[in-house]
Amino acid sequence: MTHADKAAEFNKNEAKVNWHDKALWYVREKRDKSAHGVIGWEHIRDVASGIKANVLSNLDNYLIEFEKNALNNGIKVHWASDAKEHNEIVSKILADNNAKKVVKSKSMLTEECHLNPHLEAQDIEVVDTDLGEFIVQIAKETPSHIVLPAIHKTKEEVDDLFQEHIGTKPSEGNPEYLTNEARKHLRNKFLNADAAITGVNFAIAETGGIVVCTNEGNADMGSHLAKVHIASMGIEKIIPKEEHLGIFLRLLARSATGQPITTYSSLFNKPAEGKEMHIVIVDNGRTEQLSREDFRASLHCIRCGACMNTCPIYRRSGGHSYDATIPGPIGSILSPGKDLTKHSSLPFASTLCGSCSNVCPVKINIHEQLYKWRQVIVKDVKQPIVKKSILKVAGGVLANRKLYNFSGRMARFMLKYAPRFIVYSKLNAWGKARDLPEVKGQNFDQWYKVKRKNNG
Amino acid sequence: MKVGLFIPCYVNQLYPQVAIATLELLEKLNVDVYYPSTQTCCGQPLGNSGYEDDSKGACQLFVENFKEYDYIVGPSGSCIYHVKKHFDILEQTPDVIRVRNNAYELCEFITKILRKTNLGAKFPHKVGLHKSCHGLRGLHLGSCSERMDAHFSTEENLLNAVEGLELMSLNRKDECCGFGGTFSVFEEAISVKMGRDRVQDHLDSDVEVITGADHSCLMHLEGLINRENKPLKVMHIAEILNKSI
Ligand code: SF4
Repeated sequence: MTHADKAAEFNKNEAKVNWHDKALWYVREKRDKSAHGVIGWEHIRDVASGIKANVLSNLDNYLIEFEKNALNNGIKVHWASDAKEHNEIVSKILADNNAKKVVKSKSMLTEECHLNPHLEAQDIEVVDTDLGEFIVQIAKETPSHIVLPAIHKTKEEVDDLFQEHIGTKPSEGNPEYLTNEARKHLRNKFLNADAAITGVNFAIAETGGIVVCTNEGNADMGSHLAKVHIASMGIEKIIPKEEHLGIFLRLLARSATGQPITTYSSLFNKPAEGKEMHIVIVDNGRTEQLSREDFRASLHCIRCGACMNTCPIYRRSGGHSYDATIPGPIGSILSPGKDLTKHSSLPFASTLCGSCSNVCPVKINIHEQLYKWRQVIVKDVKQPIVKKSILKVAGGVLANRKLYNFSGRMARFMLKYAPRFIVYSKLNAWGKARDLPEVKGQNFDQWYKVKRKNNG
Repeated sequence: MKVGLFIPCYVNQLYPQVAIATLELLEKLNVDVYYPSTQTCCGQPLGNSGYEDDSKGACQLFVENFKEYDYIVGPSGSCIYHVKKHFDILEQTPDVIRVRNNAYELCEFITKILRKTNLGAKFPHKVGLHKSCHGLRGLHLGSCSERMDAHFSTEENLLNAVEGLELMSLNRKDECCGFGGTFSVFEEAISVKMGRDRVQDHLDSDVEVITGADHSCLMHLEGLINRENKPLKVMHIAEILNKSI
């Protein structure tokens, strides 16, 4: 199914669309307000974008520097070229430590690698401990947003889910009660976990340490209690120096939720006494994306989710309509790089309004990349014959004034005289909910010939 | 100063009154306006659909038609944006470069080049301004709500100078209307929903007339308004600025 089909499905429940749109717009407005409080916001975005560009241009050296420093700190470093290798490495670490129970904090990378099913197939219990992720996990769904994974669920739906899975009492969707019950349930999981898996927000080349940002403290709780901490990161998570956190932490939370900073911004530099810390550095298509000049800046992304919150299409179509690990505008420029045919409708799921590029804290030119992917897709992916021939013919007509005159007159004639049931037939997607323009007596060319002489 | 008037293809065929208002307005401002009769289209519908390569003929014809003018002015932000931004697919001859540099959206031409804001128009109505994305975020006709820059708006400046006109404040100042060219048919459901939400915002803000500098967005909104019989009128900003000058 294309994005348009899934979006149309989502739109059958207009009340829910309105609610989804408003919830995310509220986050966008919070972001605006909090960004307004920072002097030089636009300048800080420039600096962040510049640092990321520098990182991508020197990624090999930074990664080597990072590995060296991490090893010196006593961290074990692993390299995975793809999702399969990543999952095998994680399995091996768990097996070596005889770990059967795993708590996970939010990590889009492990979603991308489909780690949970891989581990579950080996009889390992994996529990997502971020509240939103926990909700989608028990609902057997995937996150619909990278910062707010369960934003597609109303509190009443969460109420039902919790009753079924963790035995809560009906509460008419009381958020406080439900959150508390989830906490209690998760506390047990934390206390009994053999290993903790986290994502990585920033990996600092200079120190060999990593930074994990959460609001719930679940990454900290997990990694402090368990004997083994495994952190999975994409190769693009590198920043050169610790002092650069001053730039990125300032941007991240404000862009994501409008908070001045995430509640927990934790630096992990080495394993605690008697414990193990592993970092798995994953490529999984990133080097290939890096090689595409037009699309490499997509790797600047710090996963704040702001482009989703601002996107008028995302807000009204829901994250699942994108059928990709990362939904929304950024997902629509990353996913085609992974599977062009499967994701070929995504770059068209946009009006190219440009709002995403404007909110992006690291200044990814998202809407320009959407335009560029479109050019690639019509060449490389088989197009519906009707669409292709219409646009090819249009190209010829628009390059030829006589043909243009003729087709313009035909279109006007059809609009004016064709019976309503033809103009508004099922084939005409415009006319399902919108009237067509009323045709005036003459077009501007005809008017001009009579009224003016300056025919250029 | 010789100005070539660019009238987007759909405006020529379906909204001649917008083209006429643009022409009359420029003439009243003492501009020497020419209308090259062999013009067709800027190629945007093709480029945005991924068929940029097939649009080269249309883009080249655009350059041929307008290369001899000091300025090229059109009542459509998105077409002008396309000329400026996407004519990079042509060989950058001096003609192509000149055309790209000298292409102006109507409001920007009036305020920046002619340096006028009060055009002496009169329009005693409550007006809501739809800031089209390509004009706003592409051509920077005004500040965008996402960015932390100081507030300004080319169209607001012009409208605020119109006698009797009351510019209404919207809840979402610059959200996209959902037209997006072929997006409006290929993503019909979302396009319509976005348009409906924009129309509702104008209704909630007591607007009588929706205006803007891009008639493609307005065509989409008007289609919804007419189908649902909403008490709103739609006019291009040139039509308002041209009222009883
Ligand atoms: S692309 Fe930019 S706005 Fe979107 S999630 Fe990434 S960093 Fe945030």
